[in-house]
Amino acid sequence: MRRYLVLGLCAGLALALGSGGAQAGKEDDTLNVGFDAEAATLDNYRVASRQGLIIARHLFDNLLYKDLDTNTIVPALAKSYRFVDELTMEFELRRGVTFHNGEAFDADDVVYTFNMVTREDYGTRYRIVVDWIKSAEKIDQYGVRLHMTKPYALALEMLAGPLPIYPNEYFESVGADEFGVAPIGTGPYKLADITLGTRWVLEAFDGHYAESPKGQPAIGKIDIRVLPEPNVQYAELLTGKLDWIWRVPPDQAEKLAQNPGVSVLSAPIMRIGYIHFNVNAGTQDLPVRKKKVRQAIQHAINRQGIADAFIGGSAKVVHTACNPAQFGCMQDVVKYDYDPDKARALLAEAGYPEGFETELLVVAPRQQAESLAADLAEVGIKVRLNEQQYAAAADKWRAGEASMTFSNWGSYGIGDMALITSNFFGGGVDDLVQDPQLSEWLNIGDTATDPEVRRENYAKALKAIAENAYWMSMWNFNVNYAISSDLKFTPHPDEFARWFKSSWK
Amino acid sequence: MIAFLGRRLLVALGVTLVITFLTFSLLFVSGDPATALAGASSRAEDVEKLRALHGLDRPIVLQYGEWLWNALRGDLGQSLFFQLPVVDLLAGRLPVTLTVGALAMGLALLIGVPLGITAAVHRGGVIDRLALVLAVVGQAMPTFWFGLILIVVFGMLLPVLPISGADDWRGYVLPVVVLGYYATPAIMRLVRSGMIDALQSDYIRTARANGLLGPTILLNHALRNAIVPLVSLTAVQFGFLLSGSIVVESVFALNGLGRLGWESIIRSDLPTVQAIILVFSGLFILLTTCADVLTAWIDPRTRTQ
Repeated sequence: MRRYLVLGLCAGLALALGSGGAQAGKEDDTLNVGFDAEAATLDNYRVASRQGLIIARHLFDNLLYKDLDTNTIVPALAKSYRFVDELTMEFELRRGVTFHNGEAFDADDVVYTFNMVTREDYGTRYRIVVDWIKSAEKIDQYGVRLHMTKPYALALEMLAGPLPIYPNEYFESVGADEFGVAPIGTGPYKLADITLGTRWVLEAFDGHYAESPKGQPAIGKIDIRVLPEPNVQYAELLTGKLDWIWRVPPDQAEKLAQNPGVSVLSAPIMRIGYIHFNVNAGTQDLPVRKKKVRQAIQHAINRQGIADAFIGGSAKVVHTACNPAQFGCMQDVVKYDYDPDKARALLAEAGYPEGFETELLVVAPRQQAESLAADLAEVGIKVRLNEQQYAAAADKWRAGEASMTFSNWGSYGIGDMALITSNFFGGGVDDLVQDPQLSEWLNIGDTATDPEVRRENYAKALKAIAENAYWMSMWNFNVNYAISSDLKFTPHPDEFARWFKSSWK
Repeated sequence: MIAFLGRRLLVALGVTLVITFLTFSLLFVSGDPATALAGASSRAEDVEKLRALHGLDRPIVLQYGEWLWNALRGDLGQSLFFQLPVVDLLAGRLPVTLTVGALAMGLALLIGVPLGITAAVHRGGVIDRLALVLAVVGQAMPTFWFGLILIVVFGMLLPVLPISGADDWRGYVLPVVVLGYYATPAIMRLVRSGMIDALQSDYIRTARANGLLGPTILLNHALRNAIVPLVSLTAVQFGFLLSGSIVVESVFALNGLGRLGWESIIRSDLPTVQAIILVFSGLFILLTTCADVLTAWIDPRTRTQ
């Protein structure tokens, strides 16, 4: 009996090895994508998940497009644009562009879209995307004027990112909910089939406008499925039933890379890890209210060691309350290197020669938190880990009930520090310091249209945050992609997969 | 019998109400639904907007009352995540879960009952021992782990079966085997002990003494008595299979209700979670009530208890 079992296993192994590598995708010109989480609607303005946003960027186009290879913003549906004054922009639209259903693109679509998604009751998920737009106005069939509510440094960035244009006639006839499951855009791919939340089939759109900065799609079909169990994703990739998966942990990425049919790519992203100290929120008496304690914690943790162990690849220690890849995020600030002795000395100076006990709220991978706790224990700080879902944790820190929080922030994938530092120090609910001077610098940085003024004010804020150790930045994240070695794919730091730029080798 | 039925239905209704209210409250305890809905990295103003939009700022009892009133009229609300009617979501996903559940139950009965009888007849023999091993392993092995083993064997080593999705019937094979195996031990053990009791009883001895043949005694006399508790157990096991579907549907990427329930809890999609709990508990209560009625029909003694 046992002999047959062994024989059977050997035969199976031989079969698996013989058939090894990917084959299905390239043969029938279908890119098989495995996602780890569901996406609800494909309405770019209302979808919360990154997966949905990625699909949406294949279906829709914007007035402008950000070319991350050259870091420039280039015309897309708009042929040209200009600032009339700091609160008004004008666009000349491209002619001859059509939507997937044949509807012609013109000023009515732009005006309709912008005026609709800025309405309070529309349900645009992130106000920050639209709250700078007051209204859009039609000049003529191919001319649009945009009125702004405030001078906004990120206007072009937003127009090139989360502000796609919808077809007014089609949208009007089907309504927002139906549009979310049967979307029509001008993008390089159109939706061919959908299983709500878990599967989408995209087909190359022949009529995608010729001058598109996204280029013309090289792959005929994209079949996107949600597979919640990572091990099943790996198995499907190894047997050639998937060609593209992402967010693969470093240890698994290493194993997958040893297979001949699989390539592993690693790319740094905007997301950074951080510890957020409760400096001024709430009334509890907490050790981290003292600057020296916060500095001691920064010296006590071996950030590079933890990053190497759990993130790997291109993860580097970050010293600022923003990602160095973002606009304005200069690195000339006080740095706290790994030095447990110095940490002990600072603790003693702060009045805790024997250390102390505290709670660490964790909205991050458990192993990373445990390593932090181990490093802190070395200098006498005993940390109780309190793992929470984001929602529950946010309630806690906003109420001032958390001593420190270990989490991470992705800045919506946008390369500008306005989307991170101002959230945590600009005076809002996530600001646990509430320093009016800091908020003022950051506010100038967020609104000024002169890049130099922005840089100068951001620099002041970043220096003060580091100097006072208000926040401890940990490391930048990276994303590992495991793809079929037949596929040509370039990852980008904004975590938006651009399959319209992909092709078969 | 009618009074009995009425009593059972009344209890079932009460249980359903309590369950739905408890889950409704639990979702609020596990974190602010508006924050969860807005997703990670959301700003406070986005959260407040969502809270007002979905009326999540009102007292829980009021929200529950409104939900119940609408549910009674067949309106289970809109999914906060999909922004589509929950009824439509369920309609698409329930068949998958019921198919897997029913097939798994069938498989478990098909293996469990004959094996239980054989084990009882050959008590202490090789088959009995093997059946015990099978039962212990089946109960001890987590379903997701068994699922992963099957995936390695039948998806990678001998790539003969699809390991994710259900484009055709082949996609159902592995999930049904995993779930069915999970339900088998309890059935097998119950049939075995019931049969052993029955075979030792006086009426079987009398039947034997009267010259009835082995198979007739086994099936007509012993099994008829041993099967009474099996009816209730099958209903309960089917309930377990529904909860097991959460794991199995996630592992095998099946588009069913269990997986939807799990994902909806994570994203605090209140109306969807509520509706799924209602469907699951409703099914469970329906099955156990049916089992009680069936038992009462088979065995009149239980009616008065």
